[in-house]
Amino acid sequence: MGMRKVAVVGAGMTKFVRRALETPKELTWEAAHMALGSCEMTMDDIEAVCFGTAPDAFDGVHLNGEYVSDGAGAWRKPYMRSYVGGGTGVFVPIQGWYHVASGLFDVVMVVAEEKMSSFYPHAQAAFLTIFDHTTERPLKPNLLWIFALEMNRYMTTYGISKADIAQVAVQHKRNAADHPCALLGDADITIQDVLNSEVLAWPVQRLDVSPVSDGAVAVILAAEHIAKRITDKPVWIEGVGWHLDTSYWTNRDLAYPRYVEYAARMAYDMAGIKEPRKEINIAEPYDPFDYKALHHLEGLQLADRGKAPELYSDGTAARTGNMPVCPSGGLLGVGNPIAAAGLMKIAELFWQLRGEAGARQVPGQPRRGLAQAWGDLMQVGTVVIMGR
Amino acid sequence: MHERVAIVGVGCTGFRPITPEQSYKEMIYEAAMRAYNDAGVDPRRDVDSFVTVAEDFHEGTSIFDEYTPDQIGGALKSVHTITGDGLHGIATAYMLIRTGQFDIVAVEGHSKASNIKTLPEITAYAQDPILNRPLKLNSHFIAGLEMNRYLFETDSTQEQCAAVVVKNKFNAIKNPFAPYGANLSIEDVLTGPMLSWPLGERETAEHADGAIVMVLASEEKTLSLTDKPIWILGSGWSNDSPGLENRDWAHAVYTEEAARMAYRQAGINNPLEAIDIAEVDDTYAYKELQALEALGICREGEAGILTLEGFTNSDSGLPVNVSGGSLGMGNLLEANGLARALEIVLQLRGEAGTRQIENVNIGLAQSWRGVPTTSGAVLILTN
Amino acid sequence: MTAKIKEFPGISLSEQDFAEGKILYNFDKLNGIYAWDTGVGIGSYLASLKAGVILGSHCSTCRKIVVPPRTICEWCYRPMDEFVPLKDTGTINTFSLCYVTWDVQRIKEPEIPAVINIDGASPMHGIMHMLGEIDPKDVKIGMRVKAVWKPVEDRQGSINDIFYFKPIKEK
Repeated sequence: MGMRKVAVVGAGMTKFVRRALETPKELTWEAAHMALGSCEMTMDDIEAVCFGTAPDAFDGVHLNGEYVSDGAGAWRKPYMRSYVGGGTGVFVPIQGWYHVASGLFDVVMVVAEEKMSSFYPHAQAAFLTIFDHTTERPLKPNLLWIFALEMNRYMTTYGISKADIAQVAVQHKRNAADHPCALLGDADITIQDVLNSEVLAWPVQRLDVSPVSDGAVAVILAAEHIAKRITDKPVWIEGVGWHLDTSYWTNRDLAYPRYVEYAARMAYDMAGIKEPRKEINIAEPYDPFDYKALHHLEGLQLADRGKAPELYSDGTAARTGNMPVCPSGGLLGVGNPIAAAGLMKIAELFWQLRGEAGARQVPGQPRRGLAQAWGDLMQVGTVVIMGR
Repeated sequence: MHERVAIVGVGCTGFRPITPEQSYKEMIYEAAMRAYNDAGVDPRRDVDSFVTVAEDFHEGTSIFDEYTPDQIGGALKSVHTITGDGLHGIATAYMLIRTGQFDIVAVEGHSKASNIKTLPEITAYAQDPILNRPLKLNSHFIAGLEMNRYLFETDSTQEQCAAVVVKNKFNAIKNPFAPYGANLSIEDVLTGPMLSWPLGERETAEHADGAIVMVLASEEKTLSLTDKPIWILGSGWSNDSPGLENRDWAHAVYTEEAARMAYRQAGINNPLEAIDIAEVDDTYAYKELQALEALGICREGEAGILTLEGFTNSDSGLPVNVSGGSLGMGNLLEANGLARALEIVLQLRGEAGTRQIENVNIGLAQSWRGVPTTSGAVLILTN
Repeated sequence: MTAKIKEFPGISLSEQDFAEGKILYNFDKLNGIYAWDTGVGIGSYLASLKAGVILGSHCSTCRKIVVPPRTICEWCYRPMDEFVPLKDTGTINTFSLCYVTWDVQRIKEPEIPAVINIDGASPMHGIMHMLGEIDPKDVKIGMRVKAVWKPVEDRQGSINDIFYFKPIKEK
């Protein structure tokens, strides 16, 4: 069909920590520097930079994209920052993709960074301002409400228990014990630990949540003719998709993320995938809360509605199962520096599909993976499909 | 890949200092509805993707992209937000269509500056939090520093900068979209209050509210939608150093780089010969002079002379800012670039009313993201 | 790649480091004041709240009545046909029991936010508000609730003109 092929050829990331010493520019530089080093390139080879970071409110800097631009290597280069809330981590590689697929650029660096710890007393408070300023903010809403309201609706609609959901937190945090950058990896956590943890906003409990973190991730994208020269194992971006639902979230059924479905269909169409459950070897859905992974797996058409917990209970989602889910450990295990967390999934698929994921490696030479992120007021789905 | 992309529809609400009767959503709907009508498309059915430009702190809402889809017809469709100027938005739509995956893409930008009660403090919040903000200076100081160095290195004068104000505000009188038209003399401008010496208050664009939406299409779709397509010949954008401590103060290097990228795509070697009409950034009057030099339209130090001579007037060699620029239309926050592009589109279509310049075939629009940034973009269009 | 790298960058700090003065920092606060034009749609909603009515709007093409009201229908992209006063009763769509405030303070008695489908609007169309006069243990999805309004003289044309929604017993 004449579409220009684009591959991921390098990746780098920092540790995800609760509060980093490094400034946003330094964190960004660390990840970008590592990504360049991983494929033996320098900034001279990079033709454009795409940057993603979540709300300016966290860093306490207006026009934050401009502020961090030099840390991302955008000095005297075409630079753009894209922004779809939590979906940004998987959107910014899509932005990099269209930079290269348009034919305007051959090599692009994609960076995502988050420094949430700058906000006092706690980054969570910054989320007050994401609600509608006239119809919702006067109620002093809390970020936790969004998730709790959605989780409750999901559980009640399909009759899913907290124990079903807790499996996800357990599996992801155990997976993360093998991730060198992980903040919350725990090889010994159990379902009971999750169910005994402090109730924050019922039905959400502390261990259902991935806490705020600082961190940065970078990947390098290249057009086909360059990718083949740089590495003998390029990982191709086979499909991309993104959809944004209406802002009137109280007029929607929260039990099912239809915007994730549409984003996934867009990506599957582009990748020529007809039977996702058979053709996707690794899934990295967005898991800031444990029930979200289930919610998204259903939206991604990788499980029937209300049936995603079975992927965990029957072993399909384990690293050695038929369709490993979040072998990285996901946000629940590695940490949640919002935009960087999404890009971490892309980096994970890059390493997994090249057989370089070390202790986290999914066996059997996986060929195709899917990364998905979500954000806003339960509104946006961003999907990237990668393959070898 | 689809190589040729055109602007097939534009819609604008016009600009005013306040817009109390409309919420931002209602204001944007008005612009969008006009653009879709102009293009002859139904966004729910025909538009494949939507791009909006916005900044959280200008809206007073975090993750502002949540509130973008409904009023542009993008509910439950492919929509994303770029934190950039309208020309970055157009560049994005251009890239999306060129990938071959999207045929029709809409771009939206707006300003509700009147709703930001502490705008100078918000703008100051973009300064480096550790190195600059503790000095507690109004951000216009950065323009003052830059203007001073620019005048020094190029031997340009305050009188030449004032000539920009006189020209643009006079042009704005003929622009029904522009709220700040006026018939001033150079003396009027120079005797106004000082803002941040050498920058005077009357050389600084005031803010205005309004929205602009544009519809872009691939070549194939364009030919079936309109008989007045405006083709994109080149699109470039670039960033220089964000830090005040290490930037080139006299030259708009980001504009030079963005222009180089756009000229290369358009195959333009001699901008002065090739370009028939230009809309450039004049958030501060000296920026227009600096931009003309950075765009290679004249040599360093010449822009002021040419302006004082009248070379950039509407009835002369190279009309610049026939719309009135930001000085005439208002500083429209992220929508500035779209306002610059809008005028070029109208002129190239022959729809600029009493402002119409004859025999225009290639037009250039350039924008800057304002203090404290060094981020700019250039767009070259043709009929 | 991760198999080959020994040490990943990123130095972790703790609150202790700040308390002990090991880290230099500065503190800044934004003075961000906004006055958002409410426009026709939301302006009418607020004026109706002041009059003790929850207002919706009707799109005849989509055959839907939505709340909060807007001037255009986001689904068919046409102007809405008219405003429609709705009832001030509804059904709980979903809820939560929140023990943490927006600025991360722990509270003993939970706040109970909920999405309430408003009677008179199309199914699954509602607003977010709080629940009150109810034992947290008793809240269920599907419960019927009614708005408790502020006295007329205290209303300002705000979503807070409704204190909360309380359960109603229906025969």
